[in-house]
Parts: sequence; structure tokens; C-alpha cells
Amino acid sequence: MSYWRVPLDIQDIKIPKGDIHIIIERCKGCKFCVEYCPRNVLEMSTDYNPKGYHYPNVIKQGACVNCNLCELICPEFSIYCLEGEAQPPDPDEVLRKGGNHES
Amino acid sequence: MSETITDYTNKLTIPKPEENFRHPMEAYIRSERFPHIWCSSCGIGTILTAYISGLQKSGLDPEKVAVVSGIGCSGRVAGYLRLDSFHSTHGRALPFATGLALGNPELKVSVISGDGDISAIGGNHFIHSARRNMNLTIICINNFTYAMTGGQAGPTTPIEANSSTTPYGSYEYPFNLPFLAESCGAVYVARWTALHIRRLTNAISEALLKPGFSFIEVISPCPTLYSRRNRLGTGLDSMKFYHDTAIIQHGAETREVDIEYQQKIIVGKFVDKEKPTFTEARDKFLKKKLGDRFVPYRGPNHGH
Repeated sequence: MSYWRVPLDIQDIKIPKGDIHIIIERCKGCKFCVEYCPRNVLEMSTDYNPKGYHYPNVIKQGACVNCNLCELICPEFSIYCLEGEAQPPDPDEVLRKGGNHES
Repeated sequence: MSETITDYTNKLTIPKPEENFRHPMEAYIRSERFPHIWCSSCGIGTILTAYISGLQKSGLDPEKVAVVSGIGCSGRVAGYLRLDSFHSTHGRALPFATGLALGNPELKVSVISGDGDISAIGGNHFIHSARRNMNLTIICINNFTYAMTGGQAGPTTPIEANSSTTPYGSYEYPFNLPFLAESCGAVYVARWTALHIRRLTNAISEALLKPGFSFIEVISPCPTLYSRRNRLGTGLDSMKFYHDTAIIQHGAETREVDIEYQQKIIVGKFVDKEKPTFTEARDKFLKKKLGDRFVPYRGPNHGH
């Protein structure tokens, strides 16, 4: 659903950014992070890690909002998210996408 | 030949994150022992992460926190945490933790162990620690089976669930652990699943700051035994099942939060009340009886 005008407080809003780091050799391929990432940033790779599991890859660099859910839900301590620089939102994109963060 | 002298009086040192940084929680885990023994998509690692972030959130000094665990898959938690930790014998995590909490009242002692360890062989210790309102935080990881020994039926296995000792399905009435804890006198009782990771983190930090016997039951997927024997898929399928069937009901009557096989799971914070702990009650009682002759014990660092 798109918005009919740009929100009035758009200059006060900053979108947090996260930088995802994956420790590939620790992963056991449980797919929790891929399934529960709210912005669908991750995808399972087709490659194998040294233990023979598929590991996640970042497919949408820049879409991460540093919610840290992947870091919390990972049972292997193999993914973490560091805080990046918060970006102001793009007014055209806000008008076009509205509250819909997907795609 | 030079002689090396080991200084056993050295205090526990927690490395700072900037030294040898690999993961934000690296300071709390013994990552040199990784990969850990837990299966792919097991929930115990997630609960360990929740414990560490709950500990960070509670603001407690890690030097003043001790973790005790018993035997079983979840018993390995003590070995992977870079805190003062002890991996005790089967079912005896609670007596050890009781001794630790009484011997050094400054320590905040947590017990992280499984349902078999806490409610089966350690059931007696569990009810008595709760009755005395010992100053302990219990995190009971419930996977409905004895996973390390091959998937036998345990005290929490739901009726109908298959296990290696009940090949046609279990017919025993299972424990309702929050009800057991509340009726024995626990002051904080909650239940979450491995999926409710943020709520579990908050519950753990609340329980760590709560004086008295606090009990958190955490439902965890067991992909290798419970889920495989019951054809329930991987740990991710269990997580999706929790997502679809868990109902959050804070303050629910604990007698009504039974878990039936593949039915709804009621989660939430059920009990949060105030009650004097064992040490407070003892000091108050003896002060009344003995008057000025009574000197309360305040731990090894304070003399006596």
C-alpha cells in the first residue's frame, strides 16, 4: 500500500542499517536465520562449508535494519550484526512503497 | 629446567570483546570448544544465546554469576559458558546450586538443565528448593524426551508421543512443570519456546534480578529424537509449529497450561510474586529468636 503524501516528519526519521557477518565454518544449516529474518536479507547458499552444511548468504545487502534477530536465534553463534550508519529514507521510495517493506 | 608454578588464585578473566573479536558474545562463550555437541536445528544453542543476552540486559556483573547444569544435552551449557560454571551429576544440579548460593550469598546462581534432569531424577530437589524459596534461577529446557540417551519417554513426554521405550505411544500422564513449580512455592514462573527469543531474553533478565526461586520452562525442538520418532520434521518445522500454536497468556492459571501432544502451547509469565527468600526468612527468624547473639553470614569475603 502506497502513501498519498510524504510523511510530514520524514526529515526526523532515520532508517537503521546493519552489517551482517557470517562465520561460515560454525554454521550447521538449520535455516532459522533465513526463515525468521523480517526483511528477507538472507538465503541459503548452494555451497558447502567445511562441515558439509549449506550456510546462509546475504542477498539483499543494505536491506538489513540491525534488528539482531539472526544473532539471537542462531544456535551456533555463527551470525552477527553490527550497527551501521543510519540512513535518511528516500521520499520517492516512501511514496511508492508506503509501509510495505517487501520487494 | 625451569619450574612452572600455576597460580590457582588468579581470578576469572573475561576477555574484552575487542581482543580476538569474532562474535559479540565471544566474551561469554568458550568458543575454543566449538563446534558444540548439539544437533543441527536444536534449540539449546538459541536458549544459550538468550541466556547470555538476558544476562547482559540484567546488568549483573558476570564475575558474580554462576551457572550449574546437570546431565543431558542441556547439561553441556555449563561447559560452553565462560562464567563460573559446574557440570554436576545427574539430577543434582539443584543441590549443588543450593550449596553454592548458601556458601556465597553474593553469587547469583542459575541452573540451566533439562526436563529429565530437573523434574525426573532431580524432582525431589526441585520441589524442596522451590519450597524453601532458594535464591536460584532455574531454566528448564524441555524437549519432551531423554535425548542424550536415545529418546526414552520422560516425565514430560505427552500422551500419544512415540519414544524408544513407548513404541506405540506414551500412556503416562506427564508433568505440568509451571503448575508443579507454582504449587511448590516458586515466586516467578514463566514458559516460553525457543522461538520467543526476545520475550525469553526479557524473562531471563527479570528472573535473574528476582530474589527467590524463579523458574522458566523453555520448550525446545529436538530434531534428532523427539521430532524424528514422531515424524515432525526438522527443528525449523518445530519452530513453525510453535509459531502457529503458541498462545501468549500472561497470568494464566498454571493448572490449565498442560501440554498435550501437538496441541496448543500456552506461554507467558504465569506467576510473579514477592516472598522472603530462604536466607531472608532464616535471618529474620533467628534474629527474633537469638537477638543480638545472632550474626548473619554474609559470605566468604566478609568474615564471620
